[in-house]
Amino acid sequence: MLYREAGQFKTDYAADQAIFPILQDRIFLGLFLLLALVAVPLLANEYWLSTILIPFLVFSLAAIGLNLLTGYCGQLSLGTGGFMACGAFFAFKLATAFPDLHIAVVFLLAGVGTAGVGILFGIPSLRIKGFYLAVATLAAQFFLVWVFNKFPWWVNYSSSGVISAPAREIVPGFFITGTQASPVTKYVFLLVFVAILALVAKNLVRGKMGRSWMAIRDMDIAAEIVGIRPLHAKLSAFAISSFFIGIAGALWAFIYTGSVEALAFQIDRSFQVLFMIIIGGLGSILGSFLGAAFIVLLPIFLNNTMLAVDPSISTAIVSHIEFMIFGALIILFLIVEPHGLARLWQITKEKLRLWPFPY
Amino acid sequence: MSETRDRIGDTLLAVENVSLAFGGVRALSEVSFEIREHEILAIIGPNGAGKSSMLNVINGFYHPQDGAITYKGNKRKQMRPHHAAATGIARTFQNIALFKGMSTLDNIMTGRLLKMHRNFLWQALYWGPALREEMEHREAAERIIDFLEIQSIRKTPVGRLPYGLQKRVELGRALAAEPDLLLLDEPMAGMNVEEKEDMCRFILDVSDEFGTTIALIEHDMGVVMDISDRVIVLDYGRKIADGTPDEVRGNPAVIDAYLGVSH
Amino acid sequence: MTAPRAFLPWLIAVPVAIGSIGLLFQLLGGLVPSFFFAWGYYFEVLIAGLLQGVMYSLVALGFVLIFKASSIFNFAQGSMALFAALTMVGFMEMGVWWPFAFIISAGVMVLVAVVIERVVLRPLVNQDHIILFMATIGIFYILDGLGQMLWGSDVKVLDIGIPRDPMFALGAIFEGGILINQYDFVAALTGGVLVAVLAVFFQYTRTGRALRAVADDHQAALSVGIPLKTIWVIVWSVAGIVALVAGIIWGGKAGVQFSLALIALKALPVLILGGFTSIPGAIIGGLIIGAGEQVAEVFLGHFVGGAIQDWFAYMLALVFLVFRPQGLFGERIIERV
Repeated sequence: MLYREAGQFKTDYAADQAIFPILQDRIFLGLFLLLALVAVPLLANEYWLSTILIPFLVFSLAAIGLNLLTGYCGQLSLGTGGFMACGAFFAFKLATAFPDLHIAVVFLLAGVGTAGVGILFGIPSLRIKGFYLAVATLAAQFFLVWVFNKFPWWVNYSSSGVISAPAREIVPGFFITGTQASPVTKYVFLLVFVAILALVAKNLVRGKMGRSWMAIRDMDIAAEIVGIRPLHAKLSAFAISSFFIGIAGALWAFIYTGSVEALAFQIDRSFQVLFMIIIGGLGSILGSFLGAAFIVLLPIFLNNTMLAVDPSISTAIVSHIEFMIFGALIILFLIVEPHGLARLWQITKEKLRLWPFPY
Repeated sequence: MSETRDRIGDTLLAVENVSLAFGGVRALSEVSFEIREHEILAIIGPNGAGKSSMLNVINGFYHPQDGAITYKGNKRKQMRPHHAAATGIARTFQNIALFKGMSTLDNIMTGRLLKMHRNFLWQALYWGPALREEMEHREAAERIIDFLEIQSIRKTPVGRLPYGLQKRVELGRALAAEPDLLLLDEPMAGMNVEEKEDMCRFILDVSDEFGTTIALIEHDMGVVMDISDRVIVLDYGRKIADGTPDEVRGNPAVIDAYLGVSH
Repeated sequence: MTAPRAFLPWLIAVPVAIGSIGLLFQLLGGLVPSFFFAWGYYFEVLIAGLLQGVMYSLVALGFVLIFKASSIFNFAQGSMALFAALTMVGFMEMGVWWPFAFIISAGVMVLVAVVIERVVLRPLVNQDHIILFMATIGIFYILDGLGQMLWGSDVKVLDIGIPRDPMFALGAIFEGGILINQYDFVAALTGGVLVAVLAVFFQYTRTGRALRAVADDHQAALSVGIPLKTIWVIVWSVAGIVALVAGIIWGGKAGVQFSLALIALKALPVLILGGFTSIPGAIIGGLIIGAGEQVAEVFLGHFVGGAIQDWFAYMLALVFLVFRPQGLFGERIIERV
C-alpha cells in the first residue's frame, strides 16, 4: 500500500484537525494498537514484559508529563524525580488509608495531589525564567525526596523505609499490583491507561491550553499581548505536567517495581526523563514515547553487546561506558537533530509521501 | 476613503498628559491626543521620538509615571497587557513577534484564545462543546486567512516564512481577536513596493469591512499621507503637530523636525 | 529600575539574619535549660560553614567565567572538578610528585576545553541557550563516566601535604577559643589567592580585556577582530583549572568520589544568590549559602529530622528568587519590545 493522501478530501475542519488526518496513518495506528493489545500479550515472555514494555510505558507517561512543561511551555524542569516520588508516596498513603478505593482512582488522585505540589513549586516561574527556573526546580527535587525519606509517616512507619504496593485488582479477578499480579495483566492495564492519558495530553496540546503554552514558550511578551495570562498559562502547565508525572511515579512504585524507596527518585531520574524528551523530541507526544523506548532499550542493548564482546567485563565499567554513551548521544542529538526522533519520523513520512520521487 | 471618514465617531481612547521616563531618559513628555472610533490615525516622527513607547503605554506594556488614559470611557493609569487585550486592544510589533514554533493557523488561533471559554476538562476530551467551540474559531481563523490571502501557508511553521508573509500573519493574529483598537508598529518596515501596496490594501480593507479603529506608526510618508485620516507628529517625546495629513504636511514645526533645523 | 547599590540592604540583611538566629538560640537556651547554646559554638559552626562556602564559591567561580564569556550555563562545572581531581589523584598514584601532577592535570583540563570547544560548542554556536545548557548536561555525563572509567570509582585519598591540625583562635573573645581546622583555613586562603589572580587577569591583561568584550557583546567583539573560538577555549581552560583547584581542595577534605559532582551542584543556588555574571557575587553567595546551611543544619536541623543540608541551599535560593530574581549583584533585565 502506498503512503499517499491523494484522493482523500476533507469536507470539514474537524477532519482536518484530527490527530491522524491521513487514512494510512489511521490504519497503521489501528494495526499497531491491535498488535500491542492482542499479539504482544500472547507472544511476549515475562522478561520482555517486565523489564522492557512495562518500564517503557511508565517512562512514556513521565516523559509526556515533562514534555508538556518543558517541550510545550518552555519551562525547564529538573524536578521530575521529586514529582514522581510525590505520586508514588501519595498513592501509597491513599491505597493503604482507603483500602476500598479503586486502584485507578488512587492513581488519578495521586496525580491530582502531585499537581498541587507542582503548582506550589511553579510559583517562582512567574518571576524567573530559563536557567534560574531550572535551579529552582532542583529545590523541588531535593526537598521532596528529603521529605519522603525523612518522615516515616510516608512509609507507614516501616523500618526499611520501603513502600510495598498492596495487592489490588483492576477488575475482579485481575490483580495489577502485589505479588499475584501477572505481567500480562499489568501490561494490558498500563497500555490502556497510558494510551488514554496520552490522548488527553494530545487533546490538551492541540487546543486552547496547548496554544497558550506554546505562545508562552515561543515569546512570552507577545503571548501576554494577545491576552494570555502568564500566571495562568505557566501554573496550568506545572499542574498538568505534575499530574502526569505523579501518576507515572505511582505506576512506577505500584506496577513496575512493586516496592520502592524515596531514593529511587533522585536527580538521576530527573535527568533520565529529560534525556527521553530531548532524544525523543521536545514538544511532541509521539517523541515522548520514542524517547522513552530509546532510553529503556539502550542500556539493555549496550549491556548485551558489551557482554557479548567481552564476557569478563565488570558491571561498573559497563555502567560508566553507558554514562558516556548517554552523554555523547545527547550532544549528538542536540547538534544533528534538536527536535529528536519525532522529527526524524516526520521527515521519513514526508519522504514516503513523495516516494519514489525525490521532490 | 471619504466613506470611512463619514463613519468617524466619538473618542475611543484619549491620552492625557502622559509622561514616561526610563531612569533619566525622558521617552514621552506630557503627550495628549485622542483616537476616534473608526479612524486611521498615523503616529509619525523621527527615530527615537517616542512612537513605539506611546504604543507600549497604550497597550499596557509600559507604565507611564504621569498622565492618564481613558479607553471606552474608563480612565486608567496603567494596566497589564493581557488586560488590554481582554478589552479589545490588539497590536503588531516593529520586530515581528510571532510564535515561531507554531504554524500560521495556530498563530492566528492564539488571537482567538480570549474568546474560547471551555474549561480544560472539556479540552482534554476534545469532544462535544469543546470540539464545537474549536471548530467555530477555526472557521473564524479561516475567514482571516482568506482575507489576508495566506491559504497556502496555513500549516507552515511561521519561522520558515519570508519576512513579508510573517508581517501578514502577525496582522492576522491581531485581527483574529476582533479588536476595537488595532495598533500597528511599522507594518510596512522593510517591505518592497509590492508588499507595501498589499499591506496598505489590507489596512484599508480592515477599516472598511470591520470598522476597526487603527493607530499606526509608519516611516513611509507616501503611505501615511495616503491612508490615514489624521496624523500626529512626535519629536523628542513631545507632540508637535496633530491634524489631517494636509495640515501636518504644511506645519513648519514638522518640517523642522524632519529636516533637523534648530529646535 | 533599581539603583545600582540596591543590593547593599541585602548584604547587611543577611549577616543580621544569621546573627539574629544566634540571638534567638541564646534566648531559647535561656528559656529551656536542656537546650545547649554558646556563642563560641555558634561561631565555630558559622566559620565552618563559611569555609565550606569557599568551596561552593570556587565551583561557582568557574561557572561565572563561562557564563560571562559565552552565556552558557555550564552544568558540568561540578563534574569538571571531579574529573580534574580524579586525574590528579590518578597521576599521584603513579608516583608523580604533586606539583607535577597538578601541571599535568591542568594540561588535561586545557585539552578537555579544546575538545569541548571543537566538538560541542562550535557545532552548536548560535543555538538557543537552553540547547547549550542541555549539551552541558551531556558533558556532565561524559566526564563522569570517563573519569570513573579511567581512574576507578572507589573513594580516593588526595593528600598534598596541607596540615590538618585543629587550631584555636580568638581565645580572647570566647572562652576556650574557637576550633578551626587548619586545612579549611589554607583552603580559604587558596581560594582568596585564586580570585585575586583571576581579577588581575581579567582587569589588566590583553586576553582579559578581550574576554570582557566578548562577555558584553559577541557580535561586536567579533567585528573588532577578537577571535571568539580562541576566547572560548581560554575561558573553558581557565574554568577547568579553577575546577581542578576546587576539586583538589574538596577532594583533600572529603576524599575524591562521585558525590563530589553532586555536591558541586550546590554552586547553582550560590549563583542564584550572587547573580550569574558577577565574580564577587559568586564569592559572597558561596559564603552565605555555606554559612546559612551549616547554621541551619546544626541549630535547626534536628527539629525536623536532620539532613536539611540536602535542600536548604536550594530552598534559600528559591525564596530569594521570588524577592530578588536578579540576585545580589546581577543586573536587572529590562525587557524591550
